[in-house]
Formats: sequence, structure tokens, C-alpha cells
Amino acid sequence: MIKLDSKIPKGPLADKWSDYKSSLRLVNPANKKKIDIIVVGTGLSGASSASALGELGYNVKVFCFQDSPRRAHSVAAQGGINAAKNYKNDGDSVYRLFHDMIKGGDFRAREANVYRAAEVSNYVIDHFAAHGVPFARDYGGMLETRSFGGVQVSRTFYAKGQTGQQCLLGTYSSLSRQIAKGTVTMYERRDMLDLVVIDGKARGIITRNLLTGELERHSAHAVVLATGGYGTVFYLSTLALGSNASAAWAAHRKGALFANPSFIQIHPTSIPVLNDYQSKLTLMSESLRNDGRVWVPKEKDENRHPNQIPEAERDYYLERRYPAFGNLVPRDVASRAAKERCDAGYGVGDSGLSVYLDFKDAIEKQGKKGIEDKYGNLFEMYMKITGINPYEEPMRIYPAGHYTMGGLWVDYNLMTTIPGLYSVGESNFSDHGANRLGASSLMQCSGDGYFILPYTIGDYLADEIRTPRIQTDHEEFDKAEKAAKERIDRLMAVNGKQTVTSFHKRLGKILWDHCGMVRSKEGLQKGIEMIDQLEDEFWKEVKVPATAGEYNQELEKAIRVADFFEVGRLMCQDALDRDESCGAHFREEYQTEQGEAKRNDAEYAHVSAYEYKGNRQSEILHKEPLVFENVELKERSYK
Amino acid sequence: MEFKLKIWRQKNASAKGKFENHTLKNVSAEMSFLQMLDYLNQQIIESGGEPVHFEHDCREGICGSCGLYINGRPHGPVTHTTTCELHMREFEDNSTIVIEPWRSKAFSVIKDLVVDRSAFEKVIRAGGFVNVNTGSAQEANNIPINKKISDRAFDAAVCIGCGACVAACKNSSAMLFVSAKVSQMAMLPQGKVEAKDRVEKMVAKMDEVGFGFCSNTYGCEYDCPKGISVEFIAQMNREFFSARVCKSKR
Repeated sequence: MIKLDSKIPKGPLADKWSDYKSSLRLVNPANKKKIDIIVVGTGLSGASSASALGELGYNVKVFCFQDSPRRAHSVAAQGGINAAKNYKNDGDSVYRLFHDMIKGGDFRAREANVYRAAEVSNYVIDHFAAHGVPFARDYGGMLETRSFGGVQVSRTFYAKGQTGQQCLLGTYSSLSRQIAKGTVTMYERRDMLDLVVIDGKARGIITRNLLTGELERHSAHAVVLATGGYGTVFYLSTLALGSNASAAWAAHRKGALFANPSFIQIHPTSIPVLNDYQSKLTLMSESLRNDGRVWVPKEKDENRHPNQIPEAERDYYLERRYPAFGNLVPRDVASRAAKERCDAGYGVGDSGLSVYLDFKDAIEKQGKKGIEDKYGNLFEMYMKITGINPYEEPMRIYPAGHYTMGGLWVDYNLMTTIPGLYSVGESNFSDHGANRLGASSLMQCSGDGYFILPYTIGDYLADEIRTPRIQTDHEEFDKAEKAAKERIDRLMAVNGKQTVTSFHKRLGKILWDHCGMVRSKEGLQKGIEMIDQLEDEFWKEVKVPATAGEYNQELEKAIRVADFFEVGRLMCQDALDRDESCGAHFREEYQTEQGEAKRNDAEYAHVSAYEYKGNRQSEILHKEPLVFENVELKERSYK
Repeated sequence: MEFKLKIWRQKNASAKGKFENHTLKNVSAEMSFLQMLDYLNQQIIESGGEPVHFEHDCREGICGSCGLYINGRPHGPVTHTTTCELHMREFEDNSTIVIEPWRSKAFSVIKDLVVDRSAFEKVIRAGGFVNVNTGSAQEANNIPINKKISDRAFDAAVCIGCGACVAACKNSSAMLFVSAKVSQMAMLPQGKVEAKDRVEKMVAKMDEVGFGFCSNTYGCEYDCPKGISVEFIAQMNREFFSARVCKSKR
């Protein structure tokens, strides 16, 4: 029987991390050299973990599926990175950042983890500045900040609309430095197919060399998963097409509990679906809501060009419904409000599934140059994709699947339920509760990798200094490699008629319709049935061309989609179990009279962590109660 | 829309490649270039063939994975646009589109349209970083940086490492790529400390891994999807010579 122990240290909230850090055991430099650590993923959390651990002197092996670590999807984060520097003198503090995140997450995250994330945020900014990350600056040469959704202070550091790129490249630089020094070995173009567990501890991974198809064994004293979120389960999402759940899912199959799978953020400002062949949705940063105003026509079936619709006939519905926060309400609230207007028949565009994001007033006030300085690359991106010039007419936007708050369950040390297996960044569940606030993902990923994991993993490895290098001829490696091979053979053997992508699209549609922005008991039950049917069909009808022993992009996709059926099913199971609405999880049955999410703190103030029991088996739910000692649970209001 | 496609097919690095012809019907003007290739691959797979391999990931112009030679131009006909941001409305209906991988001595073909860009990694590893360990950074606002300089560093830092500059250059020069990193770091006080050492190491590595000299044709700037200026090459040359001069004085 698994018992969840969050290992939250005792003591006052503000002292927990510093006190705990000083109590953690250390590994002496001579012993670090003898210890191997595997890091899977080279996004902000993976690359920061790998470089920080390399600097400490561990032997690090790091893996990514792209041709270079610099391609990881952190690169696409646009708007910014939060920190509690209070440079604007507007009342910000570590406590305020913590409070905003707890409230923004609709009281479904751990206080201690969130406080720590807020606490290390300031070091992250210092670190990036020292590495030459060119954040925006004011005329005095100081770092500039801007506002983001769900908060009333200005704490978001940014580099135009490509903050993720700049932070990732900074981290990629530190990683490259360690690779050059030989402390980190880089393995590009590898997919992790399985986790190897020996005597209950994570000891290695099985990878597929994507260029040759060869299965490879890699061993270590500890394994860190920094493999991102599973938002591509929707097929159409703001994520890179290669982003996937398979590494985390392999760990889940091997016993790592998966927490809050149904908490998926639907981002309110994406470019809407334009055609049937669409392969992804492109985000328009939340920072745009600083200056852009969201509206729909007051009349249904409005046919006029948006510029022809007079002010009085526009419904600025966010400003109307949420006067205190206006266009800067959190993402879940903004997304549902857009859906509500479109479902009621006020949506714009051919499909009626979009709303306007208008910069007319901002351009009048700040000039075109002012807007261009802040969002130039985003406007350009919009223009390229849609062919429409947003300096001259409003953007059209609609919500899209974006970020997964759910992920592998971890304790305060960022360790999963498998000893020696850690999870950092978006692949864990820990800091964002039921809804993530903008610009806190880059913050969490860098904090986890640079300033948290290097301390906590040492405490575990202090017991491993006598463990000799793990040999890859152990029978657990044989078994794991055999299982991976059988799965691939099974996929190749189907030899049906339909492409992998066609299944992925259909799965995505099922989840978007039944486990998307609004969920219901009936809908979720139906969703599960439909997923089962589709999965059956997949294993009878899918076509994976060529062979497994070569570079085969279709096989890569097939392996990932095969796992997505299970991920989708668990999302529905969790959404069905959670008889309340909170954050991004909105159950039709549980809403206030004004249509806002209605939480049920008495029964659901817990983390839901699931234990894998085999394909098609209902997973076993374990609950970690959430204790709130420092904030008062109240209805989240942005009115 | 309908297109005739001439696509480079090559089984692996050692195989001999050739152009393959396809006629693709019912293409929508709204499709991106890569969606058009997805659509083609869908048809190839359904008819029992092997799909065309090409690299892509974010599909929003920032990861730098995609990069095709389209009608003889890296990333195709639209300036400041990556292959994934290119849309079919930019092409004339019923025209022929020639699609090739990057052609460069330093980037060998892996399969079809996929090339090996690991030479870029080697150059970055030679010195494209600041030697500061985690934990030793000072308070960020202790070092003010003139906004103009900071903005200029940002203009260099937007490089996505796609390789178009190399593909555009008849000498296969990577000087735009290398100079973007060298200049970004050299301009900022944080990177200045090691600027001289850095430029020497990166330039030496750039030569070693097979990139050629600058051809002075500015093709790299013209085809760079992020519009990085060749002025950074001039800046790198300045940095390089000043490093050399300082060294000879020492």
C-alpha cells in the first residue's frame, strides 16, 4: 500500500526552506564524481538541473529527442518570468507572490512548495542576468517589469515576447559549458521508452536512438524527469508537436503516482483554428492583455468588419464581468468567459469560435512604436499566420490547450513515489494547483532545476556513495528493454490503413469536447467509452510505415499516441471523480449562479494521485490532504 | 490549389539522393508549408509509401528545428519567415515547388530533408557562455545596462540556430550565427570579462568544424528568418582582431 508523504518540513512557512536546506545531507566532492545522474529533457528545468548538477561535480547524462537541447519547448514561452523583486515599489513580496499563486491555483496546491517557488524566484532573475539574458530594461538601465493576469502588481520580467527563448538559451549556454567541461554527457535524438527500477529504486532508462532505431541502456544512481507536460493529448494545442507524455507515463506504469491529471490549462489567447489541416495552435502571449481589450459584438450575427462596429455596440465582457481585474483576469476565467460568449452566439469569425483582442486604444495612447517595442514579434507572428495586420484591425483569438498543472506526484524534495526518481518543471504537479498564473512556469522550471533539486537530490545520494556504478546487464534492464521492443513490434505488426495522426486528431477531439474547458458527468463517461473504442481501433487499424530499425518519424508518433489513450482516460477518470469545480477544472454541475467555479473544500481539498494498474484498469486513487495554515480558503473573486 | 512538388529523397547519409515528383491537389491557401507536407505524407502513407522526413517542432518560428531549401531559398520566398510560418497563399497556384535540405559541407544529410547541424553545438560549446556558476550571481540590478546596448544585445540574441545563414552562403560560412552569440555576450558587462578569450575560441572552432569564410554577399542576413544584421559580423571581426592585438602585446 502506497502511503503519500509530502515530507513538508515543520516550522513557520517563511523559514521552512532555509531551515530544511541546512539540515540536508551533503555528498563530498570526491564522492560526487562517482555518482551518475540521468536527466531526461533539456528544457528550462532539465537543462538547469543538468548544468547545476554538473557544476557540483556529479556525472550527468542528459537526453533530448530533438537534434539540439536548444529546441526544447520552453523556447516558445513568450510573456515573461515572475519574481518577487518589488522593483516597482508596488507592494510586492515573496508572500504576495505566494498568495497570488495559491489563490490563482484555486487553493489546490501545497503551501510549502508554492512559498519556496516564490522564495527562489529572485535568485533566478539574478542568475539569468549574470548569464547575459537580455531582459528588457528601462532608460536608467534597470530591469523592466510588466503586469500579468491574476495579479495586481508588476512583477513579470521579460524579453519582448520571447522570454522563454532567452531564458532557455541562457540555460542552454550553461549546459553547453558543462558539456564542454565533460561533467555532462549529451545524448540528442533519443526517446525515453522505459524506466528501469532495481530493488525499488530508479536506476536507469531505456532509450531509442531515433536515427538508428537502436534500443539503448543507460544507468545511474538517480533519474530526473524534466519531460514537460502532456497538453498535446488534445492534438491541437499550443505545444510543440514533439512534446509528449511518454517518458512520464513510462514512470507512471512503473509505479510513480500521477497527480491531478485533469488539471489542464486552456489558454485564453491563441490564434483560433483556421482550417481542417491545422497541426497546432499558436499562442498569443497573455502579456497582450495588458494593452489589448477583449470584446465581442453586442448583437448576434454581426456582419460588419470589426473596425466598423462603434464603441457603444461592443461588449467588453471581461471588463463588464470582472471590473477589478478587467482584461487581466486569470487564464481559466478568461477562457471560460470567451467560451460562454461564443456558445451564446456572439462569437466572431467564420466559425463563430473566436473573440476580438483589440489594440486600437493602446495604439492611440502609446503610439505604434510603443506597442511594437513591447509585442513586435507577436504582432509579426500573428500577421504571418493569419495574413491580417493587428496594428490595423483587432486580432481574433480563442482558447487552446496549453499547460498541464497535473503531472507526476512529487514530495517536497521533488521526488516521485519511486525512490531515486525525481520530476522537475511542468512534468511534476507541484506548484500551480488547479490553474497556473502567467509567467510562473519559467519561474518554477528554473527554480526547480537551479535552486531546489541540487539540494534535495544530494540528501538522497548521500546514501548512495557506496553503491558502485550500476551495471546495465542487470535483469531489470533486460526486462525493460524487452518490453519496449515488444511494444514497438506490436505497433509495427498492426499494419492497418489509417495514419497515426488521424487517430491522434480523433483522440484530441474527444478530449476537447468531453474533458476540455467545461466538463460534465455524462460527457466524461461518454468520453471514456469513446477513448476505449478508439484505442481498440488504433491497435487494429494503425499504419506505421517502414521498419523499426531506422529513422522513422511515424513510429515515434505512434509510440506517443499509444500512450495518450491511457493519459486521456486517466484525465477523464480524475475529472469524473472530482465533484467540484476548481481552477481549470470546471464541472457544469458545480457552478455559482454567476457561472463561476464552485469549489467543495470540505471534500476535495486534496491532491488526487493515481496508481497505475494496467491498461483499461481503473486506477487507484490516493489522496494527499492539502492543509492551509497561512491563507484563508475563500471563493476566488476577480470582480 | 494544386502544386507539383519536386522533393529531395535520400534514404540515409551514405545513400545517393534524388528528386521525387508529386502532384498535390486540394491544397488550401490557409495551410502552412509544413501542414502541406503533413498532407502529402498522409497521402503517401495511405498509399503504402514512406513519408518524407523533415524536422519541425514548435511550428511557430522559434525553436529553429525546421529549415528547408524552397525554390532555391532557405525558408522559402518570404523574408523574415521560418519554413513553419510560411503559408501556401504565398505560392502561385499550379506552380512547381522544389524542396531540398540545407546544402552545406558542414551539415550532412541524415535522411530526406533532415540534416546534421551538430557543428553548431560544437561552436557554442567552445565558448558561447558566461563562466558563472549557479549561486554566485549578484543582485540583478547592481549592474545597470544602458537600454540601447541591452536592446542591441537582444537583437543579436534572437538567433534560433536554424542554419539558414550557412545554407544561404556559398562559402557555407557560419559567421552570422557565431557573431550573434559573440556580439550579444561582448556587449553586455556580464559577458565582457571573457570576451576576448571567447571570440578566439569560437572562431577557431568554427573554422575547425568546416564552416567557410564570410563571402561578403550578405545572403545570410537576407535569408535569416530573424533578420539578424551582418553588422554583428563586423563586430565579431573587431572583437577578434582586438583580441589578437591584445595577445601580441602580452
